[in-house]
Formats: sequence, structure tokens, C-alpha cells
Amino acid sequence: MRRSWWKVLCVICLGYTVIGGILMPVPRLNIINESIRNLYYHVPMWFTMILLFTGSFIYSIKYLRGGNLRDDVYASQLTNTGIFFSILGMLSGMEWANYTWGAPWSNDPKQLGTAMSMLIYFAYIILRGGLKDDEKRAKISAVYNIFAYALMIPLLWVLPRMVDSLHPGNGGNPGFNQYDLDSNMRMVFYPAVIGWFLIGLWIATLKIRWGLLKFEKENNFQFEFEKNHNNNA
Amino acid sequence: MRKASFITTLLIPITAIISKAQTANEPEMADTMRSNGKIYVVVLVLATIFAGIIAYLIRIDRKISKLEKNK
Repeated sequence: MRRSWWKVLCVICLGYTVIGGILMPVPRLNIINESIRNLYYHVPMWFTMILLFTGSFIYSIKYLRGGNLRDDVYASQLTNTGIFFSILGMLSGMEWANYTWGAPWSNDPKQLGTAMSMLIYFAYIILRGGLKDDEKRAKISAVYNIFAYALMIPLLWVLPRMVDSLHPGNGGNPGFNQYDLDSNMRMVFYPAVIGWFLIGLWIATLKIRWGLLKFEKENNFQFEFEKNHNNNA
Repeated sequence: MRKASFITTLLIPITAIISKAQTANEPEMADTMRSNGKIYVVVLVLATIFAGIIAYLIRIDRKISKLEKNK
């Protein structure tokens, strides 16, 4: 176990979210009723996805500036974990929508924007799978990743706000913080976001460490050379 | 006079019923589950699943740490 204090914090926050999220009082509202508790689980999926994609975006820029293939491992594994969380967010959202909006898919602009963004990121995986040369794969996918991130921001945060949407905070619907997210819910929601952030980072670091091990095994000779080169310089 | 008092005696229980119906119209929540304690079963199941996932993550973490040491 490496650097484990934040992993302990993650377990504490998420344990509290699982127990407190069910037992703590919530506002009594029509239509959503008890399902308002999904806020603690569905929404942090997207927050975690954004965090991981932002990390991936930063490492892609870092790769393009420095040309270190280890940054490419970071970028690709952060994106993979982000896609994992986006799938969880989409599935949980569709389940929630089925019982509150009446159908799992109602062509809500935020749903559509997210689906487009997910397809863009799926293409990232396909693109990486199709290129065999390490350097070429790293360079092309880094550039692609930067464009994917630049597209995700308007698709998720700008366009859904400009049209009518069933999501709160869009098209005249009030955001949760204005009326519904009362102090009782904040007491669970904020630790929940921290906990989900940390578990996302934890999974991502595991995948990155595994990716680095694989990379170093494959490029053992190159790695040694680089080390000697750095020592001489 | 008598007619008026008859109407009021009729009206009082009716308004009482209406006001009761309005409190019952409040959004429905899982109050029964909470009052009979079955909600703790749900919490127990969720906590078990969560503990399992965390144990699994810790195991993978340990294995990767071991690999990193052996390289």
C-alpha cells in the first residue's frame, strides 16, 4: 500500500455516504420522493469523470511538451477510468430517469450531450487500439484527447443550459443548490463527492502503476539507457 | 338559527377531514420502512458490498506494490 492516508479518508467518506446517504433526513418532494438520495451516488459519478478527464487532459499536454512516454501511460489510464465512471453515471442516470421522468431515455439535452461525449471518448480507445507504434500512438492520441476534452466542456456544461432540459439547473429548472439541496443533504453530499473523487483516483493510480510496470517491462532496454543518459547529463 | 347551527356542526368534521387529507397529500416517502427498521437491512447489504469492493481494491494495491518491489 503506497501513500495510504487518503485511501483511509476515501473509505471513511464513502462508508459514511453509504450509511448516511440512506439514513439521513432528506426534503420531502413530489415526483422524486425518496429517490432524491440518488444525488449522493449518481452526480458524483460525473464529477469524478470530469476530474479524471481533466487529469488526462493535463498529462496529454505534458506528453506533447516533454515527449515522455510515461505521461502517455498516465493520460490513457486516467481516460480509461474516466470512461468507466461515465458508464456508471449513464446507467445510474437511466435507472433514475426511468422512475422519475417515465423513461430511461427521453432525449434530454444533457443525456444527448453526454452520450456524444462518451462516444468521442470511446473512439479514443479505438484509436489507441488501432495504432501499434508507441510514439505515434502516444502523439496522435494525446492530440485527440485534447480535442475530446475541449468538446466535452460545451457538450456537458454549456449546450444543455441553453435549451430546455429535465436536469436541474438547466433551461430554467432550478439547480439543486438553490432550493432542494438543504443543509441536511449537504452534510452527506460533500463527503460523498470527496469519497467518490478519491476512489476514482485510487482506481486510476492502480491502473497507472500497472500500466507503468507493463511499459517498463516492454521497454526495459530503453529505460536503462534513458537512466544512464540522465545520470551522465 | 337552528338550521345554521346544523350546517356548522356538519361543516366542522368535513373541514377536519379535508385538512387531514391535505397532510396525507404530502409527498410519499419510505416512512414504513424506516419505522419498522427494515431500512437497516438495506444499509447492511450496501455496507457489505462496499466493504467487499474496498477489500478487493486493497488486495490489488498490495499485489501491485509487491510487483513494483520485485522489478
